[in-house]
Formats: sequence, C-alpha cells, structure tokens
Amino acid sequence: MGRFILRRLIGMVAVLFAVSVITFLVFNVIPNSDPAQRMAGKNATPELVESITKEWGFDDSLPQQYLTMMRKIFTGDLISYSGRENVNERIVEGIPETFSLCIGAAAIWIFFGILFGYLSAVRAGGWLDRALTALAVIGISMPVFALAAIFLNYLTYKTEIFPSGGYVELTENPIDWAYHLILPWVTLAILYAGFYSRVLRSSMLDVMNEDYVRTARAKGLSERRVMRHHVMRNSLIPIVTLFGLDFGALLGGAILIEGIFSLDGIGQYAYEALSNVDLPPIMAVVLFGAFFIVVFNTVVDIAYAYLDPRIRLGSSANG
Amino acid sequence: MASAPLLSVEDLRVGFVTEGGRVQAVGGVSFEVQPGEVLAIVGESGSGKSVTAQTIIGLTRSPNSRIEGSVRLGEEELLEAGDEDLRRVRGERIGMVFQDPMTSFNPVYRIGDQIIEAIRAHRDDGGKAEAHQRAVELLDSVGIPNAERRVRDYPHEFSGGMRQRAMIAMALALDPELLIADEPTTALDVTVQAQILALLQRLNRERGLATILITHDLGVVAEVADRVLVMYAGRVVEQGTLDEIFYDPQHPYTWGLLGSLTRMDKPRPERLPQIGGAPPSLLDLPTGCSFRSRCPHEFDRCGEMPGLDARLAEAPQHRDRCWLTPEQKRERRLVDGEIGGEPA
Repeated sequence: MGRFILRRLIGMVAVLFAVSVITFLVFNVIPNSDPAQRMAGKNATPELVESITKEWGFDDSLPQQYLTMMRKIFTGDLISYSGRENVNERIVEGIPETFSLCIGAAAIWIFFGILFGYLSAVRAGGWLDRALTALAVIGISMPVFALAAIFLNYLTYKTEIFPSGGYVELTENPIDWAYHLILPWVTLAILYAGFYSRVLRSSMLDVMNEDYVRTARAKGLSERRVMRHHVMRNSLIPIVTLFGLDFGALLGGAILIEGIFSLDGIGQYAYEALSNVDLPPIMAVVLFGAFFIVVFNTVVDIAYAYLDPRIRLGSSANG
Repeated sequence: MASAPLLSVEDLRVGFVTEGGRVQAVGGVSFEVQPGEVLAIVGESGSGKSVTAQTIIGLTRSPNSRIEGSVRLGEEELLEAGDEDLRRVRGERIGMVFQDPMTSFNPVYRIGDQIIEAIRAHRDDGGKAEAHQRAVELLDSVGIPNAERRVRDYPHEFSGGMRQRAMIAMALALDPELLIADEPTTALDVTVQAQILALLQRLNRERGLATILITHDLGVVAEVADRVLVMYAGRVVEQGTLDEIFYDPQHPYTWGLLGSLTRMDKPRPERLPQIGGAPPSLLDLPTGCSFRSRCPHEFDRCGEMPGLDARLAEAPQHRDRCWLTPEQKRERRLVDGEIGGEPA
C-alpha cells in the first residue's frame, strides 16, 4: 500500500508537470496572445509595450518564464495580467462555492442514480423500468443550459419559489445556503443521475446472470438480500469509477452552471481567464482541476481494491 | 420401493418464451428419488437435465418460463409454493451444487462469510459465532485442510477442487435431505474429479443423503449412481438401475452414449465412436421419437412417439422409449461384440 501510494504520487507529479507545460506552450503559440500588447491597451505606443515586457519579464526565455510562473503558483505570488490581482487568493475564494455546488449535486445524483438504477434493474422490462428509462434519457439529453432556463423560468421568475442564484456562506446561514443552491444542485445532478442509473441498470442486469447470484438464491436467501448483498455490491464497481472521474473533474469548476446561477466559483474564474486570454489564472485553474482529477483517479484505484479483494494494490506490474 | 419417495416429479414440463418462439426444454419428465439413494440424470448439453434440476427448487421461475406438472418434496408441492416457502426449502431441505466452482462463489466475500450467510438465512436465532464455528466444521468435514484459517479466505485463494468442496460444504450447511449436484465435476481436473466423487459418495453413505447427480459423464455415473435416468431432447428415454443401464441398455441413444466411452479394459480404437448428427431443435421438435433423425435403427413406427414403458418382463422398473422389440435391441446394440460402437 505504501509503495503503491508513493508510485502514484510520482505519477501524479509527472501528469501535473506535463499538463502545465502543455498549457504554457499552447498559450504561447496562439495568435494575439502577447500579454504585454494586451496589457498596454489598443492604442499603446511601442515604448509602453516594451516597458511592460521588460517589467513583467516577457522577454525572458520560455523555460525561464515557465519556471518563474510555476514558482509563483507555489509561493502564492502569482498575479493575473488583466486584473493584476492575486490568482491564488481568487481561487481560494472560489473554492467554497464550487465545492458546495459539486458536493451537494453529487450527493443528489448518487442517491437518485443508484435508486433509479436499482429499481429499473429489479423491474427490468416492466412499466417502472420504462418510465425511469424515459426519464433518464430526457435527463441525459437535456442540455444543462436548457434545463436551467426551464427551472429559472418556472421556479424563479414566474413563481418566485427559489432565488435565481447567488451564494450564501454555509457558516453564515446553512438554510439559506442550501436554499440558494437547490436549483444548481438539481440542474447539475439530473444529467449525472440519468447517466448513472443507466450504467447501474445494465451493470446489475449483467451481474444478475452470474453463477454466484444463482448460488445465492439456491441457498435460500431472500430476493431482497440477493439483490442488495450480491448483485449491488458487484454492480457498483463501474459506478465508483465514473463517480471518481466525474467528481474530480467537477471540482475543477462547473463553468456553465456557475455562470447561469451567478456562483463566483472556480468555473466562473476559469471562464473569465479564458475570455481575457490571461495565462496566470488559466494555468492555476487548469492545474487545480487536473490535481483533483489525478487525485480521484488514485482514490478510485484504492476503492477498487476495497470493493474487489482479487485486486491487490501494487503487487503486480501494472498495479 | 415400499417407502414413500423423498421427491417425486410428475410430468414436469418447462418451456421458455424466446424471441425465436417457445423452447420446450423439458417435455414431460417423471421420476422419484428415494431417501438415501443416488439418482444420476445423464444426457448431452440441451437434453433438459439441468433445467429439470433447477426447476425443482424454482430457479427457472421467470416471467418468460412456463412450468407445468408437479414436483413434490414429501407432501409439499414445490411448483405451487410461494416465494417464502420456496426460500425455506432452498438450502434448508434441498442443497444445490453447481458446475463451475470458479464462478459459483461471489468473488467479493470470504468463503466462510458465504457459508455463514447460508446458515443465518434459515437460522436467524443462532449467533454469528455459532454459525462461524459451524462453517469451520463444515469445511473441515469436506476435507479442507486448516479450515480454521481458510474460512477467512476469499474464493480466489482456493483452488478449483477446494472451491467445489466448499460449495458442497455450503450446500450441506443446514443438513438438507436432498443434494442436487449439477455437473459437480465437469469443470475440474480428473484427479480432483475423483476426490469430489469420493466425497459425494461418503456423504451419501455416512449421512444417508439422497442425491440427484446431473452429468454427461457416464464414468461418473458408474462410480456413484444407484439408478440412472437418460434424458434426450427434454424427455427421459430410458431409466433403470445402474446395472440395467450399463449391462442391458434398451434405447439406441443409451447405446451410443455407452459406445462413446473410453475403456481401460479394451484396446483403444482408432477413433472413439460417436453419435452422428446433432440433437433436434427444442424450438420445433419433430413428431414421434425425438432421437429418430440420428438413429441408425429407425423404422416406420418411429413416427409415433413411444411411451416410457417397461418392456422387459423380468425388469419392471427398467423403462425405455423405443419401439424395437427386446430381441431386436439385444441383437442390434452389438457392434463387433460391443454395446454401442459406430454403426457400419
């Protein structure tokens, strides 16, 4: 286990290094991305551009610029080109809103994804299965912005049941916090819940044909126990994989949802940085997102070993 | 045959509705199992032997299956039993062992926990420690060394033979009256097969455990069976005692099965004889005898389905489904002085 984690840590650092280099290089080859030019404004004199270039070190070699930027990310001194603000501080400010959104939505989609997938599989072919399948397909195919627009129209503008967005600190007022987040949670969760219920349904139908499920019935277990103890446990493995990857990716920012519901989180910050072609925040946000994806990948692998005793961490060549 | 049968199956019919039509997997099977006897059901793949066995404990129940006839365990009609009554019979009164010990245990739970689960499904008053102790005893009794320690192993830590022993231990956890073993040795090495058969025989002798042994391997049958049922295309084509079936087989299909055995006491033939052709489709069985398309002895009368009748005055329990007279059978079943053999 210790060796496994050490090896994964080294792998994580390598991935993050590669991601940062690629992001940095891409920024430097896209047209019209000279930061000095942009910072100086539209009608800037060449002298102004030159002095900005010197002042910010844009005339250093690319490796030098890269190293400087990475150092500043880790010391917390990174300043954005467009707003001249501290990037790390902005990210830290955005974390509560993004994490509140993701964790709440994840709880909802896991609950309903598993519930609906289970009911669908147990009643496969029946009317409940068909109804849940139709719902899931609608949930998966409905674009997030359309769903959000429908919710906002009926639940906010017409009936004023829910606020149109914004964020209240959890520590300030937990009820208000949840009240403001319900719409974004539900909007985000519907897509994933639909998808997860379909995956769980097919995974359970596969497992139901396994010999050990027949054995479980033959030894006189109740149908409920067979389903929950034998079928579910083995069907959850693909769900764990999906969840690890989806959740990790979302923690790096949910751009659309944050934008629609005026949440000033990481996703919103990423959107601003991209529209301004502003490298420091792009770099920081990309690394922030990549970090969680890589971490949750490792968490998924550890969860596998827990879910399936045949998998031994680090014992085999590919472990 | 004076005692009441433990299990009696009457005119059991099992059909499955599929996209291609209705598959008649079992087309009217009747037999009895006496307390303490080993009944072997033999036949090739698709003969309906496994479906028959699984239907006894209701494992074939589904919206797509059509099950008719009667299966009585003592006085209880199992085909009509409700889910809860059937659940009590499974494991508690009838234990079942399946073909592939590699896939028949749930890979994510410890062997011991799966046995304990079986015990506690029926004895909810007993404590967990008691059930654990029982699991250790069971594993020990089927010959698992270090049962105390191995009870905590996962299935993948057991070899195939050990897993099948553990399967048998689990099937015996509640001292059932009947054990149904569905091809229990098919997936195992030959040496391990012999050990498992010896174990089944010992359980039968020591506990008086009645056993239905499903197999396609006549070598296995010869080892352990008291009586034999030969199935073909969902029907019984011949039934009798072990000696009757092996030394005086009446049905051409049985001859073919016996003829295709390898024998240690005879020189090895160039090629093992085989039964030509393939079994008929269960979607659309031909009229008359289902074996006639493959039978070298077919004649006019075979267009009519022969009953499963006793045709030998001296052996009233030996029944078969073939129109040939006993004299014709005794003459025709010999090829080069041997039963079976490939017809010239």
